[in-house]
Amino acid sequence: MEASTAPTTAVAPPRAKRGGRARRILGQAVSTWRGKVGLGLTLAVVAVAFLGPLVGGSPLELMGAPFSPPGGEAGLLGGDALGRSVLARTLHGGWRILLVAAAATILAIAVGAIAGVVSAYRGGKTDSFIMRSVDVLLGIPQLVFVLMLLSVIGSKTWLVIFAVGISQAPQVARVLRAAAQNVSERDYVKAVAAWGVPPRVVIRRHVMPSLLSPLMVESALRLSFSIILVSGISFLGLGAHPPNPDWGVMINENRVGIAANPWGVLAPAILLAALAVGTNMFSDAIARSSLASGRAGDPSLELFVTSSTDPNDPQPLQEVPE
Amino acid sequence: MHAEADSGAVVPGPGSPEAGGQQGLSHWMRVHPVTSMIVRRILLGVVTIVMIAIIVYAATLVIPGNAATAILGRNAQPAKVVQLEKELGLNEPVLTRFVNWAENAIQLNFGNSLGEGVAVTQREKATENSVTSLARDRLANSAILVAAAALISTLLGLLTGVYAAYRRDGFFDTVGSVVSLVASALPEFVVAIFCVLLFATSLFTWFPAISVLEPGQSILSEPEKLVLPVLALVIVVTPYMFRMTRGAMIEALDSDYVEFARMKGASTARIAFRHALPNALPPIIQVVGLNLLFLAGGIVLVEAIFNFPGIGSMLVAAINGRDVNEIQFIVILLAVFYVLLNIITDVCVLLVTPRRRYPR
Repeated sequence: MEASTAPTTAVAPPRAKRGGRARRILGQAVSTWRGKVGLGLTLAVVAVAFLGPLVGGSPLELMGAPFSPPGGEAGLLGGDALGRSVLARTLHGGWRILLVAAAATILAIAVGAIAGVVSAYRGGKTDSFIMRSVDVLLGIPQLVFVLMLLSVIGSKTWLVIFAVGISQAPQVARVLRAAAQNVSERDYVKAVAAWGVPPRVVIRRHVMPSLLSPLMVESALRLSFSIILVSGISFLGLGAHPPNPDWGVMINENRVGIAANPWGVLAPAILLAALAVGTNMFSDAIARSSLASGRAGDPSLELFVTSSTDPNDPQPLQEVPE
Repeated sequence: MHAEADSGAVVPGPGSPEAGGQQGLSHWMRVHPVTSMIVRRILLGVVTIVMIAIIVYAATLVIPGNAATAILGRNAQPAKVVQLEKELGLNEPVLTRFVNWAENAIQLNFGNSLGEGVAVTQREKATENSVTSLARDRLANSAILVAAAALISTLLGLLTGVYAAYRRDGFFDTVGSVVSLVASALPEFVVAIFCVLLFATSLFTWFPAISVLEPGQSILSEPEKLVLPVLALVIVVTPYMFRMTRGAMIEALDSDYVEFARMKGASTARIAFRHALPNALPPIIQVVGLNLLFLAGGIVLVEAIFNFPGIGSMLVAAINGRDVNEIQFIVILLAVFYVLLNIITDVCVLLVTPRRRYPR
């Protein structure tokens, strides 16, 4: 529809349309119930995580006996393993997970998208080299890969971001490669390439814009998996360092007193659960709406919606027989 | 550049490099495509494991200090360190050391556990403190955990998925889809914590909250300690099974051959299990495989929550204690499991897809 209104020049400016398409897919996603619930849950948890530190009391001050009951001297949600306020620690303990997960997602998408698109566009040896590396990386469980890196180099925030990002990149590369293969086949891409435009420019200006919807779907999905991974790492004690409040650390610290004051575990667990469910539902809504908008331009997306729940590997489910 | 663009662009279909390679190989070998595919996958698997072994070994080289300082402690006399380095062969070039290590690894000798504080000077001999013998009982426990979770979730997911597909958009389907969407998003350790709160401490006290055992004791001797870890894994894994079975069954039920069977007057059960399910099997098998892969990683956190005596909690302990030998062993073990499972899944998919068994 938009294409037919601008028949004047051969090179239509793709940048002008990109923002509009992204907004349309997002708008459509938000209009579904999954999108509404998902976005609502995510925003609620994000608000708690970022506004919490402003209103919560001291997360480090000792307020009373360990695991003191809710409503007592340690505040509304009781005390934790050392007698600190569970409420204050819960309010302070989320922003770090969110920032680390977001940074890891950006890294995963950037590395994965570049690898996947270059692999699809270049083909040949570059393709097999990249895809074999992807196979190798997918040969180790994600969490195990991250733990291995952290155990060897030590638990540092940049390393958590790097490890989680790199462990997610192979899945992004697979999906984007499938999508980019389809786009590279199209006549307008071939025409530009035949014209002598360097591959880097062809990829950036002509292939990448068509990959918007798989990129959006992947970003949302990877964000939800990054949150799960990052919180799991903090739970195992390789993320945030002990005195600092962190939802994953809290669950680990307070589970010995789960009978005395379940809120020390329950509060962070509920917030993490809401965050994970919210981001996952929203990614599901984006996947559905970009599929419905019909401009997806990649063969894997349709299969991807059915497999979007898959934690390891959103590869196409059925190979279409030739 | 033009040629490059062309070769990248002209792609006959999905997964074409694989398909092309497979065709080429089968043409060249003149063998059945299933055989050539299996051979290809095994070769690729071997390459994968070798690469992972290199990564795992390289990781140990990055650690500040080496095995000698790790054994003798930071304050050891330099002369003693040098002597031990010589005994351990640490003064040899990296490649030699890697080959030695790999040779031992193939014979399942990953050295002694460093955590036990035993002298590791006799690296050649497997003692009772060797990593592999320490891991044996834990491996059995983990295998039981994974097998139980896989079996229950597969059956549960399959039956509920088929039923939901049959009563599409009905009450069960709607509720099931929402529940599976929520459950599939939850981190496994959060699910495990909720299980503990519900069934062990706060609401009911039916099962033990932690699964500690005597060293060497099998989990089967106290099966009640298995219940909650299995439940947590089943909750995390079943939704994928449910969604995939449902999707594949809906596709199959919409097909012409099912309509024909209906017109023929075949019974509901016969249509579901004789006509539709066999055709829905390939994606379902793939999901079973993926679920098993997920379980191999998922046991790490779940075992840590329940202090379950398996290799997942062993890995966490090894990482906290920086026990390099144990880390190497467990990571490679999981990688081998991954590769084998991928091959088995692919072969099974091939076996239930008759049209892909024959050369095109």
